[in-house]
Amino acid sequence: MVKYEKPQSFYDVFERKGPGQKVTHYCPGCGHGTAHKLIAEAIDEFGVQDRTIFCSPVGCSVFAYYYFDTGNIQCSHGRAPAVASAVRRTHPDSIVISYQGDGDLAGIGTAEIIHAANRGENITVYFVNNAIYGMTGGQMAPTTLVGQKTMTTPMGRNLRRDGNPIGMCELISALKTPVYVERVSLADGKKVLRARKAVRKALKNQIDGKGFSFVEILSPCPINWKMTPIEARNWVVEHLEPIFPIGNFRDVDAPEVKESAETARLSMTPAMMDDETLYTTLSTQRDLEADKPVAELTDQFVKIAGFGGQGVMSAGVLLANCAITTGLHATWLPSYGPEMRGGTANASVIVSTEAIGSPLVNRPTTLIAMNGPSLDAFEDQVVPGGLIIANSSMISRTATRKDLRFYPVPASDMAQKLGFLGAANVIVLTIHALLEGFPCVETLRHVVPHSLKRKNLVEMNMKMIDAAVEYVAANPVEAVPQETGAR
Amino acid sequence: MASETAKRINYVRIEADQCKGCRLCVETCPTHCIVIGSKINILGYQYARFEKYDCTACGLCFYVCPEPGAITVYKDATSEEMAS
Ligand SMILES: Cc1ncc(C[n+]2csc(CCOP(=O)(O)OP(=O)(O)O)c2C)c(N)n1
Ligand code: SF4
Repeated sequence: MVKYEKPQSFYDVFERKGPGQKVTHYCPGCGHGTAHKLIAEAIDEFGVQDRTIFCSPVGCSVFAYYYFDTGNIQCSHGRAPAVASAVRRTHPDSIVISYQGDGDLAGIGTAEIIHAANRGENITVYFVNNAIYGMTGGQMAPTTLVGQKTMTTPMGRNLRRDGNPIGMCELISALKTPVYVERVSLADGKKVLRARKAVRKALKNQIDGKGFSFVEILSPCPINWKMTPIEARNWVVEHLEPIFPIGNFRDVDAPEVKESAETARLSMTPAMMDDETLYTTLSTQRDLEADKPVAELTDQFVKIAGFGGQGVMSAGVLLANCAITTGLHATWLPSYGPEMRGGTANASVIVSTEAIGSPLVNRPTTLIAMNGPSLDAFEDQVVPGGLIIANSSMISRTATRKDLRFYPVPASDMAQKLGFLGAANVIVLTIHALLEGFPCVETLRHVVPHSLKRKNLVEMNMKMIDAAVEYVAANPVEAVPQETGAR
Repeated sequence: MASETAKRINYVRIEADQCKGCRLCVETCPTHCIVIGSKINILGYQYARFEKYDCTACGLCFYVCPEPGAITVYKDATSEEMAS
């Protein structure tokens, strides 16, 4: 009778390049294989193979997806806990594992692990600590011991120069939210069996919805330690374990921590907004009528560009909200320079009768240019026959292209005269609405109060809409001189 | 099959071509059932062999072995299992 055999959660054949379709790519005696085996066995045991998503790191275990017959995502260096958090929040039924090395988790990914732990994400993190960068050939890692010789510390790690080895279990257990933190070792058979228990417990916690579990596995890297596999295991006992003591650091099921466990559990389930709530939050009145039947609407690709502070972003939000209110699809994509005020900024808005794939607007049907540089930057991109609305208070030139409609309006001057320069964006957006036939002005009026952050400005914005309507009535697009002829 | 039960023993099957010769199983086995042979496998390693039938089927060799499928441990192995 078979008592112990290759876990089901491994592929039968590993379809990786290179020789050996049944063996891993790991060096002889490497701890990664053992850690994999313990995890695969735990996945088998709890029957969660079909809903497990294994987030592998950058490092020697980058190829974990060749081995685990589960869902797999290979993450950017250090980012596995962030990816795992996203998977957790979008796939509530999945079992999410973040598997990471010490360079990955304790070096480049320090921020990700700390914050995933602090958010108390209901994920399981297996942290393989071999005190070195394995994959890249044995450079110093954050967990490298003082005095340990590596490729980048040929004289040994120096405390004053290189800092102290980081104890991740100690760090993680200083946070309140994690429910389980344990350090184990692969130094001998008995310790491997203890590691097995911890690996199972950490996975079970997630299945039971308990919260963030973290298992640090002290693991030999014989090749980079320049030892035989047996010597490497002894080195784990004699050198690693004294600095990284094995044992439990946190277990919510232990009676003395029941109370903080309650806190953790409360903090564990993030308040998620379902689609319905999101819709109601963004919509104003869902039963508003569009002035044209929606099916007749030609999709709009609108680029609103100007200085930061000219309201290009909020004009975009306003347009998108009008679309959503009318039951259409909309996307809004902001693009800022590095500075929030004064630099250039633009918003891309798509309004469509159908679901929208990409929110990018590369070929606008309408360009609203609030200043000269915006006209210079985007004029060429407008589709032939498209519309450019130019804030002529700040733009002295006309369009160089002749194959489109150019509509100048002194929006900044008008807004200033009405008492609030910052609402010029509503004037240009209203003009877009009037010239393009969507949204209808009534919709605009309905949505403005909901779209505005400063409610005391509602009246002011209504004045802007009126002014724009009057302006277009007095300056019909046909009357605006349009030079004709090909470009 | 009472007669066969009497003959049954515990058995560790080691896939010669999945062994990297790291010797962790050799070191770990409490009853010293596993040795490193002198033959070289397709991966170029001197691979481990199950030799002495004192196995208690404790599974330690299975757990310390870093290879997913190199070791299978049988309790009361049938002759078919031992032949496979
Ligand atoms: C952004 C980025 N920076 C650096 C690297 C180079 N790099 C690859 S693996 C690695 C270190 C991996 O070490 P560790 O996480 O300890 O895993 P091990 O290989 O020891 O299992 C580094 C720095 C990279 N691939 N990507
Ligand atoms: S370099 Fe080290 S960590 Fe990487 S496979 Fe080899 S033994 Fe394992």
